[in-house]
Amino acid sequence: MLSLRRNDIVCQQAVELVTDYLEGALSRRDRRRFEAHLRACPNCTAYLEQIRITIALTGAVGTDELSPEARRDLSELYRKWRSG
Amino acid sequence: MEPDVEMLARLRDGDEGAFVTMVERYQQPMLRLARCFVPSQAVAEEAVQDTWLGVVRGIERFEGRSSFKTWLFRILVNRARSAGSREHPAAPTEALHAVDPARFTAEGQWADPVERWVEESEERLDAAAWSPILKSALDDLPPRQRRVVLLRDVEGLSHDEACAVLDISVGNQRVLLHRGRSQLREILEAKMGKG
Repeated sequence: MLSLRRNDIVCQQAVELVTDYLEGALSRRDRRRFEAHLRACPNCTAYLEQIRITIALTGAVGTDELSPEARRDLSELYRKWRSG
Repeated sequence: MEPDVEMLARLRDGDEGAFVTMVERYQQPMLRLARCFVPSQAVAEEAVQDTWLGVVRGIERFEGRSSFKTWLFRILVNRARSAGSREHPAAPTEALHAVDPARFTAEGQWADPVERWVEESEERLDAAAWSPILKSALDDLPPRQRRVVLLRDVEGLSHDEACAVLDISVGNQRVLLHRGRSQLREILEAKMGKG
């Protein structure tokens, strides 16, 4: 029989704590509860991993190259600003 | 890569090459950030130009109290804010749950197992392959979330730096980051299955 202690958190609560956890913004008590939940829950462990991967993939999103036209236009502006 | 601060001094001395290098480094990230504040690409371009003008003419003083990038983005955000339409209050449509409540049982536990992404092949997590999907997912985020995710996860600013650029509280920043990241994860999850 499931004995839910008052301190336990459920998965639906855990997913809302993920960012605070990664930001180091949880109180010591909440962090302990969160980590205890992770140890017992492969699903939330997988979820946290998915969030970490999401962050890593987002960090790898590049920018488009600046077009030669845009670069030329900006250089012209620069000369104008310098002379103006 | 030459430190930004030296480049700044050179471009103020009239070194066009230094200016071009700066533009290549920051023009696109600045446009992307400005776009979170203004209704059109044209207005975003104006805000970015206006920022460069302030930097080149030395109207804006860099005093080294923050990183160069933070300083530059902060100028841009101020310019974009005054160029953009007035801020709307938080849109009520912004998702309030990190994960769709339907994914949980009445007791709040996952109804179905959560997939482990790392067990899959390297190929499936190839960053270049996911880049276009994430770009369009970022574009679809509500602007306030997009700003925070851009600064934190794309540009790699710390939470203090992101708060300084956007002039928001750490708590607010965290809420927006949480919602933004959660939504990106959800989109990736939907696409992973079809990979």
